[in-house]
Amino acid sequence: MLEIEIDGKQLAVEDGSTVMDAATQAGVYIPHFCYHKKLSIAASCRMCLVQVEKAPKPLPACATPVTAGMKVWTRSEAAIKAQKGVMEFLLINHPLDCPICDQGGECQLQDIAVGYGGVTSRYQEEKRVVFNKNLGPLVSTDMTRCINCTRCVRFTTEIAGEMELGQAFRGEHAEIMPFIEKTVDSELSGNIIDLCPVGALTSKPFRFSARTWEMSRRRAVSPHDSLGANLIVQTKHDVVMRVLPYENEELNECWLSDKDRFSYEGLNSDERLTTPQIKQGGEWKAVDWQTALEFVANGLAGVARDHGGEAIGALASPHATVEELFLLQKLTRGLGSGNVDFRLRQSDFRADAARAGAPWLGMKVAEVGELNRLLVIGSFLRKDNPLLAQRVRQAARRGLHVSVVGPTADDWLLPVRQRALVAPSAMVDSLGQIVVALAAEKGAEVDALLRDRLPAQAGDEARAIAASLASGRKVAVWLSNLAVQDRRAAELQQLANEIARLCGGRAGVIGEAANSVGGYLAAALPSAGGLDARGMLEQARKAYVVLGAEPDLDFANPALTRAALGTAQLVVALSAFDAESLREVADVMLPVAPFAETSGTFVNCEGRAQSFVAVARPQGDTRPAWKVLRVLGNLLALPGFDYQDSEAVRDEALAGDIATRLDNRVGEIAPFAVVPATCERVTDVPIHFADPLVRRAPALARSRDAAAPVARASAATLAALGVEAGARVRLAQEGGRVDLAIVADDGVAAGCVRVPAAHPATAGLGAMSGAISVERI
Amino acid sequence: MILAGCDGDRSWRLQDYLARGGYAALKKIVAEKIPQETIIAELKTSVLRGRGGAGFPTGLKWSFMPRSFPGDKYLACNSDEGEPGTFKDRDILRYNPHSVIEGMAIAAYAMGAARGYNYIHGEIFEIYQRFEEALEEARAAQLIGQNILGSDFSFELFAHHGYGAYICGEETALLESIEGKKGQPRFKPPFPASYGLYGKPTTINNTETFASVPFIMNMGGEGFLNLGKPNNGGMKLFSVSGHVNRPGNYEVPMGTPFAELLEMAGGMRGGRKLKAVIPGGSSAPVVPAGIMMDCTMDYDSISKAGSMLGSGAVIVMDETTCMVKALERLSYFYFEESCGQCTPCREGTGWLYRVVHRIEHGLGRPDDLDLLNSVTANIMGRTICALGDAASMPVQSFVKHFGDEFMYHIENKKCLVPPEVQYAGSQIYVSPSC
Repeated sequence: MLEIEIDGKQLAVEDGSTVMDAATQAGVYIPHFCYHKKLSIAASCRMCLVQVEKAPKPLPACATPVTAGMKVWTRSEAAIKAQKGVMEFLLINHPLDCPICDQGGECQLQDIAVGYGGVTSRYQEEKRVVFNKNLGPLVSTDMTRCINCTRCVRFTTEIAGEMELGQAFRGEHAEIMPFIEKTVDSELSGNIIDLCPVGALTSKPFRFSARTWEMSRRRAVSPHDSLGANLIVQTKHDVVMRVLPYENEELNECWLSDKDRFSYEGLNSDERLTTPQIKQGGEWKAVDWQTALEFVANGLAGVARDHGGEAIGALASPHATVEELFLLQKLTRGLGSGNVDFRLRQSDFRADAARAGAPWLGMKVAEVGELNRLLVIGSFLRKDNPLLAQRVRQAARRGLHVSVVGPTADDWLLPVRQRALVAPSAMVDSLGQIVVALAAEKGAEVDALLRDRLPAQAGDEARAIAASLASGRKVAVWLSNLAVQDRRAAELQQLANEIARLCGGRAGVIGEAANSVGGYLAAALPSAGGLDARGMLEQARKAYVVLGAEPDLDFANPALTRAALGTAQLVVALSAFDAESLREVADVMLPVAPFAETSGTFVNCEGRAQSFVAVARPQGDTRPAWKVLRVLGNLLALPGFDYQDSEAVRDEALAGDIATRLDNRVGEIAPFAVVPATCERVTDVPIHFADPLVRRAPALARSRDAAAPVARASAATLAALGVEAGARVRLAQEGGRVDLAIVADDGVAAGCVRVPAAHPATAGLGAMSGAISVERI
Repeated sequence: MILAGCDGDRSWRLQDYLARGGYAALKKIVAEKIPQETIIAELKTSVLRGRGGAGFPTGLKWSFMPRSFPGDKYLACNSDEGEPGTFKDRDILRYNPHSVIEGMAIAAYAMGAARGYNYIHGEIFEIYQRFEEALEEARAAQLIGQNILGSDFSFELFAHHGYGAYICGEETALLESIEGKKGQPRFKPPFPASYGLYGKPTTINNTETFASVPFIMNMGGEGFLNLGKPNNGGMKLFSVSGHVNRPGNYEVPMGTPFAELLEMAGGMRGGRKLKAVIPGGSSAPVVPAGIMMDCTMDYDSISKAGSMLGSGAVIVMDETTCMVKALERLSYFYFEESCGQCTPCREGTGWLYRVVHRIEHGLGRPDDLDLLNSVTANIMGRTICALGDAASMPVQSFVKHFGDEFMYHIENKKCLVPPEVQYAGSQIYVSPSC
């Protein structure tokens, strides 16, 4: 610890602190622009100049290390003189156009200018003009306002991992720009808007729509990925205008993914379902809630009466809240059915009977930074969970070794030390090899459950991965979306657990959605003997309740889903959106509130339950789904549906200590009959199509991540298939076929074709994994 | 010393250098395994001060290098000679490149560096080529490379051609540029001796500094010091330019009277009267004739006169010079060459240039001189590197010593020195608005 005196305050700070750190600790504010606690030090804006005892010149607080006994004055005459001098320089070329600037009212330059700027400018010469740049559909530019603090440059390089922006030219001609003719395509790009201390980078979807002081700020939790990013939702006249990060060092830090930030546009989509509707004689008719609810209650009661409760199936989105999922399963079980599930994109449920608890990350998100070895299995990490990927990226800078097993080699913008690029069907074998190599390395026994199922020998890749993991001090083994959605997910889990056990690490599941853990805790799972998400569709039910999901985009097998729902006697859709695919199969659509318009709880990947309240009034006749389900329970005269508020539902659903209910262990798994395929499908869920809300956000739909899907295969696979790159091909699976362009991508494992799901262009296909045929057309 | 015997067109060849006694110092050091401390002590005795402009004692700089630090250490030679008025390093590399190579090899030996780079100014192509050829010769003769002269001392030396930015002559910007990044100075601390090229301990010296090292080793520190005067050891190259009859590089002992140097350069052109001298490159404050004629050419004397010896670029201006116009040209240079990283220099250099430009063009205002002084005060000492100071010092000194001329411009909208006189002096373009 070092003793320091700042403005007369004595304090002790950690060794290696800067004067800025010390000032923050002392509660002393030093004006600054280029300094940001999460970015490297540039020391270029010079706004934080302070007076330091014995220093002949003022020193920048952000870059000056504290030395023992240092005396600093941040508001002395010399310090203020230096700060005012810098402020004058910053303002000479800055357009004084605050009234028409979108940053007005939340501008660091504006705020600090009030304290340090002159009343008039001594600069009478011509001002600099800088042409604007096209940074894509999310970030708008007014580059003349730029003060060259380079926060955005440092963010894209250091946090987002790709040098997408830079400072070109010299001196007064210096400009921040993307590489020529390129846009900023990072899935974290929106953060540069927050970082920009002036109005140079502003939100393209939001700009000119409201002033910050006109809006109320309310806290919320992101309904998208499993990280559970904390949000500030800003509303004006009950309309969500903008989403900003709410700083939570343990989860999202001060960042948001673009999905979290811009998906709010979907809330105000034209496709919002705002009145209950019933299909009569093939025609949709708007009705009042009473009529709709009675129709649903009578319908479900009728099916239960005529065909037994088992004829009813409930399918809910993993983006639904704990309260919604809990009440849905309670309603379903109340009707005498054990068929309820929320894992709509999964296809292997063999582990259900053998699970010790809810699958979770196996660690705190904040602990990711401490890892020094990590194995990621079946993942599109950057797109599956951008902020978790960001944490891994930062840890990799500090020495974390990342190994990957999976069928794709997308650039995660972080160093991957070892990679086993294998087809989905070979992932089990690949992990088995790692177990074998690791057991040999450690001289340990393999778990008895697995012993007979392991490959005889480990290959070089597996040995390299095993050696990396074996040398770890803090190790994690993560299953990501593709692994969880795989046909052999249960075995992958079992093997991941074994790998973690052998190297003393922790196994974890990243989780597909905001409530992937919460769904387990809310018991939105089939009862013993009940049908899981796949079973309910394969063995078609008479009636379905579908919560927050679209048949062709949110299920593992759209063809199968459409077929099953299409033949059902009654399909009740609780949805925030009036989706075409719901109109086709549903008999009644109930408008339920999306995340901003309801209270609820998500349990994120680390098992953290985060409750939130509605930030805006539900649009039209929309009602929170938990209330709709409660009323349905009442109408059906089911016991235990007399909740006063969503907190009561949550308290019942999440009773007890959540931590004790999280467990990735699985017991014995029934063997899987492998059917060899000449060509296997690899499926990703593109980040900006992943759920009904985000796929309706127009700005995100224009982003590079929302480009129209193409099929991808390695050059060798294309040659084996007799198809040239760029050609249009017919992809066929059991259940459907679609035509798509195919491109060469050597980041796809041999013998595989990568075809995205969750897009209308590929919704005609079948299962997300398994055989697929490719034909030239 | 460095340029002695360098007449003829083969002086840069290894054979010629060897004939002049070159590489004797390196051979002796390697053969006798002279301790590193001895070399550094010898340098300290010599009071060799950095020839790039700052005049920092070289021996002291070398002693900052963590010699026993395991792992890579680097050496960089700063041949990015971009200061207006300076053209000495170019001639050293043109006529005696092996002295630099030998000096760097000795430095590498003394500091335990295994790799070195010579960063050569971007606009001098043939000199870069020649240095590459000299490196080939030295490599072939086992004077650099692995196991130099059969010993266990190895030193790889490479030439790096810059891209023509003045700022890359700032030592940390130079390192950034070698690393392949945009040449922008780094904030210090950490200093290069602890965190330099690729994050490793690095020592950067000027070309002339390195070139002096073999001579010091041969004649001993004391001998070198005695060439000059106390605290200002050795010989120094002065690049004399401007209104003299024989502009060029003159290698003279430190402490030579300015009047003598001027005499060597053939005296004032056309026998005109001396008006002012910038004694150390364009960023050094200008010194009026009266003061300058009493100076001797060494660090201390010039410093006493209120300026800096800098890189030894002596810009001589006679009575036909319009000081406002001269300053306008200098300010334009710094405005153009500011790297744009930190605020005071990025914004301030443009401001200074525009105000001086305005005065020169008859649009000056009565309070402009106060404004210039105030803006320079706000730039100086507030920037990451010394470019901010370098841009300010000419402005401050021109205004201080030639304020009347500036005021005349502001009040009369024209030059104190009539255009035809200016033209007679320099035969170059005179701004039509004057």
